[in-house]
Amino acid sequence: MDYRIEVEDLNVYFDEAHILKDISINIKKNRVTSLIGPSGCGKSTFIRTLNRMNDLIDSFKMTGTILLDGGDIYDPKVDVVDLRKKVGMVFQKPNPFPKSIFDNVAYGLRIHGIKDKDFIEKRVEDSLKEAALWDEVKEKLDKSAMGLSGGQQQRLCIARTIAVEPEVILMDEPCSALDPISTTKIEDLIHKLKEDFTIIIVTHNMQQATRVSKYTAFFLNGEIVESGLTDKLFIEPEDKRTEDYITGRFG
Amino acid sequence: MKDIGEFLIEKGLLITAFLSIIIILLIIIFIFSEGLPFMESYGFLKFIFGSIWDPSSGDYGVLPMIVGSLGITSLALVFAIPLSLLCAIYMAEIAPKTMRKILKPVIETLAGIPSVVYGFFGLIVLVPIMRIHFGGTGFSMFTASIILTVMILPTIISVSEDALRFIPHEYKEASLALGATHWQTIKNVIFPAAIPGIITAIILGMGRAIGETLAVIMVAGNVAQFPTTISDPVRALTSNIAIEMGYATGIHYSALFGTAIVLFIIIIILLVVANYFHYKKKITIGGGYL
Repeated sequence: MDYRIEVEDLNVYFDEAHILKDISINIKKNRVTSLIGPSGCGKSTFIRTLNRMNDLIDSFKMTGTILLDGGDIYDPKVDVVDLRKKVGMVFQKPNPFPKSIFDNVAYGLRIHGIKDKDFIEKRVEDSLKEAALWDEVKEKLDKSAMGLSGGQQQRLCIARTIAVEPEVILMDEPCSALDPISTTKIEDLIHKLKEDFTIIIVTHNMQQATRVSKYTAFFLNGEIVESGLTDKLFIEPEDKRTEDYITGRFG
Repeated sequence: MKDIGEFLIEKGLLITAFLSIIIILLIIIFIFSEGLPFMESYGFLKFIFGSIWDPSSGDYGVLPMIVGSLGITSLALVFAIPLSLLCAIYMAEIAPKTMRKILKPVIETLAGIPSVVYGFFGLIVLVPIMRIHFGGTGFSMFTASIILTVMILPTIISVSEDALRFIPHEYKEASLALGATHWQTIKNVIFPAAIPGIITAIILGMGRAIGETLAVIMVAGNVAQFPTTISDPVRALTSNIAIEMGYATGIHYSALFGTAIVLFIIIIILLVVANYFHYKKKITIGGGYL
């Protein structure tokens, strides 16, 4: 089984603060990998390093290597725009653009220079169908996305991300702002999406990690304490700290 | 005891809130009571669409001044809008923090310089340059609009820069995460989302331009005639009042109040139109949520 992403000895600093320490982890293709751990342990910083969103922060510094399909994504020759097209991201808070539903999904296609209207329409429809949102919005594609419920907005954000056909989808606590019904819908969606995409999901919710992911990594204070098959990590963890966390003794 | 204190504070705030409204209402009533009887006896249409302003022979047509005011203002907006929006985008999105920290206070200081200083600069520097390069006296609609451009730039820059910076960071991240470049993000997400605020900025700039008196008097030439080219001298509505009020008596005096009414109505119309677009744009882009 090939790895989509290989991270070796990753260290991340914001100014003097050492946020991620010697992170090494391999992410398998077309699998869901969960990142769990208490708040402030570096999970979000880690996935934002994978699509170079941390580049926006002036004080960001890193060492180590991150390979995507064997290529170093921090190589000076790498086009960040191209990387982010391959590594899509869904954020914690649903953040649709203040545009119509259609334009939200078409946005990524248009900025990548696609002009063919029929193609865009088809892709928007396919993406909304894949994100299990089509039936709810097909009558009002020209309405503002801000009028949708939180759960619908988050599925719209997922549709917007898959429309540009990334290889990897990073999800930063995608359900933390949603109600249980919307959460179930998104989890069902994640099951479906892993056929086509490699998914890395940050979650606070350990049940969610067991429900959606094949692999899990446990982060604590900027380090990976333990990673491996989700079933193994939750049933017979090797590290005492993992056991304490998953049994609810802290975090 | 506490209840009385609360009562007094609430009523006190109510009175101060009403005070400003009452002052404005009193000024409006005063202007209308001085100007309306004249407009009625002279004829509304004759006054507004009359093309000759010659108090000595009893002609009081303000159309040349209406054209003058609108001409100067719209020219100034044509110059100022692109300049100030590009500057605002630079400051909000592209400038490094230290650059922004220098630019912002400098631009806000520009807004605080008294208009007579701008007028004086225009008179001493700009008018001779215009005379040499465009012929004529140098006192013209073009010269006035350039001075006004400089005067309204800081207002439009400052307010639209705020509008651009208050766009939620999430929009920007979402766009970049989809593989958009910084410029695509500015053009397609940040700028459109800031349009309601930018319209407000333009309204404020326009209000300042159309109401500006002194700087315009100093460089516009103030001839009450229709300009045929932009290098012709013009007289603005504001200038008309300020220049002649000192010696006007009788009907002439009332006619100047009539001029003020016209200016007042033009500003109201512009504000209503601008607010309509501001509101409409807010609804369409935000779905009523922004």
